[in-house]
Amino acid sequence: MDNLIWLIPVLPLAGFVINGLGRNTLSKGIIGAIGSLLVLIAFGLSVAAFFQIKNSGVPIEVNLFDWISVGSFHIPFAFLVDQLSSIMLLIITGVGFLIHLYSIGYMHDDNGFGKFFAYLNLFVFFMLLLVMGSNYVVMFIGWEGVGLCSYLLIGFWYTNPSYADAAKKAFVMNRIGDLGFLLGIFLLVNTFGSTNFADIFPKAPVAVAAGAPIVLITLLLFVGAVGKSAQLPLFTWLPDAMAGPTPVSALIHAATMVTAGIYMIARSNILFTLAPHTMEVIAIIGLATAAFAALIALTQTDIKKVLAYSTVSQLGYMFLGLGVGAYTGAFFHVLTHAFFKALLFLGAGSVIHAMSGEQDMRKMGGLKSKIGITFWTMLVGTIAIAGIPPFSGFFSKDEILAAAFAHSTTFYVVGVITAGLTSFYMFRMMYLTFWGKFRGTHEQEHHLHESPANMTIPLIVLAILSAVAGMIGVPAVMGGHHELGAYLAPVFEASHKILGEHELSHSTEWILMAVSVGIALVALGYAYSKYVRGAHVPVSDEEERPTLGNLSYHKFYIDELYDKIIRKPLDAISVFFYKVVELLGIDGFVNGLGKGTLETSKGLRLLQTGNVGFYIFMMVVGIIAILLYSLIKI
Amino acid sequence: MESLTQTIQAVPLNHYILLSTIIFSIGVMGVLLRRNAIVIFMSVELMLNSVNLLLTAFSVYRGDAAGQVFVFFIMALAAAEVAVGLAIIVMIYRNTNSIDINVLNRLKW
Repeated sequence: MDNLIWLIPVLPLAGFVINGLGRNTLSKGIIGAIGSLLVLIAFGLSVAAFFQIKNSGVPIEVNLFDWISVGSFHIPFAFLVDQLSSIMLLIITGVGFLIHLYSIGYMHDDNGFGKFFAYLNLFVFFMLLLVMGSNYVVMFIGWEGVGLCSYLLIGFWYTNPSYADAAKKAFVMNRIGDLGFLLGIFLLVNTFGSTNFADIFPKAPVAVAAGAPIVLITLLLFVGAVGKSAQLPLFTWLPDAMAGPTPVSALIHAATMVTAGIYMIARSNILFTLAPHTMEVIAIIGLATAAFAALIALTQTDIKKVLAYSTVSQLGYMFLGLGVGAYTGAFFHVLTHAFFKALLFLGAGSVIHAMSGEQDMRKMGGLKSKIGITFWTMLVGTIAIAGIPPFSGFFSKDEILAAAFAHSTTFYVVGVITAGLTSFYMFRMMYLTFWGKFRGTHEQEHHLHESPANMTIPLIVLAILSAVAGMIGVPAVMGGHHELGAYLAPVFEASHKILGEHELSHSTEWILMAVSVGIALVALGYAYSKYVRGAHVPVSDEEERPTLGNLSYHKFYIDELYDKIIRKPLDAISVFFYKVVELLGIDGFVNGLGKGTLETSKGLRLLQTGNVGFYIFMMVVGIIAILLYSLIKI
Repeated sequence: MESLTQTIQAVPLNHYILLSTIIFSIGVMGVLLRRNAIVIFMSVELMLNSVNLLLTAFSVYRGDAAGQVFVFFIMALAAAEVAVGLAIIVMIYRNTNSIDINVLNRLKW
């Protein structure tokens, strides 16, 4: 297995090259088959790697070549597949394959079919590089690469200017975070003299005791994670990223890329554990993001926007988990979230497909009987995300909330209320979409149809996974063994030693579970009474909304705020620099130098009269002047 | 030889200097005032030879032969220079039918 591990990222790269070069010549069937099959083979290899690690307990390390070698400083191009990355590999290639399969159906009528699969494969390649790198620099290559692919895919329909703008927004926001990550890497090199995980992590406790700037390092790394994983204050790009095709939203902006920040922090868990202040910051930002995004999601009417804000909110949960030291719980949530959120996005894509491109939930309704498979699978996903047992979301969310409770009651209360909001807006989405009467046009109603098999099969597979994935993390209190926790234990061993185990009593855990499930059910019931019994439909954009609803609907005017306090002043400064510094200063200086030379020589050339006698006279005058000068000098 | 040196030294050095200065000045004036290229050329030779005279005079007074050796070199060089200079003047005459330097005023901006 060790000598095949490099194939996992190389296969999607090969897919990118083949599909990229043959995008206009190969038939759609071949492109789709190549793109999907290569990812499927990579998935097979990932499964093999997973079982090898599970059986032996030894991480796979492969050093491909020395990449940068300066003096005693080496950056090898090496892969490390341990317990943490093996799970990520399974998510990326597994969910990735399903989404490739789905895309064959979803993108079938698109002219950019080949381009789409090439980008998608390239994304998978970079994402695999990100999780497989054995040092921060290789991770950073993947980190930048997925950002690039995200940009390319958000702006996939680039002829629409607002989509192209959304792509640019995502790219710029990510760059802000990347700068933090990069500075963090530099500081790590400065502190530890290496970027290898294997070199840094064992040395970290000693270095921190000796006064290494660990808080600064971890904060900078966290800035990177904030950008990539769309946390406050850099989250506004993710909802806009829904401009991309729906499979992209599912793969990149829900299941994999946005969890890169969580993966990075989980990977560097020992560094973060040693910096309790950073942990506190992470927990607070995560919690604030979770609550904030949930509040926005309450009133959105675009089906993909609801899911986008819910993704931001769930990512906030994951950061809350990381911040309170529940690394396993956070990672568990990454895993379950990848399943149910990919499912929900693909389901939303199927709904949009059925509705001939309509995304506004106010125009849907009553689709339950028309697109049955989509409905049932999405229902599973919704129950999972709402945290209702025994579906997967319950277990992972509960683990995070329990850890938050052990850390601080306030965190728990906010977290549970957010869980209630989650349940409300998710069921609101379901009720508006699938219950009630159809509110669209006749033409849309006429075209309503269930999606083809290659779109519904991924939905069914993901629905099964969303339903049962929680079983790998059943807590001890419910008589489980938490297989995921046991499997991941070596990765978080050092951190757990420092943090210690804060065991909650079994009765407390039962109460916590009951509370969160109770709140989720109450929210569900409220949504039911409002949107099914009351047949309430969100008002159209022209009508007045209550103040709070208005705030939420307009995303608390965050975009407008950024526009006012960042973009406008930046624009003004740019204009100033252009008009004054550039045009008057730099251009003025350079042009002035040229003009000055020209004018001076215009005057001086008049001396060249062509009169030889004058030349000779001037020469004599010159000689006399030199003689006089030397006379005076003496 | 001894007598020649004494004969030369019978005239005070100042006189030699004065004479060279006068000759040099005449040369300068000739260059500045005349327009005939050949006359200017001759005036230049005059300046050159006034310097030669000064060099030999100093050489005798200081009892150092180097000055006189120098003069021979200058003469050789002057001969070469005259050859080139006259050739140029001949070419100018062939082209312009004149050796008046004011005709050559096309070398300007």
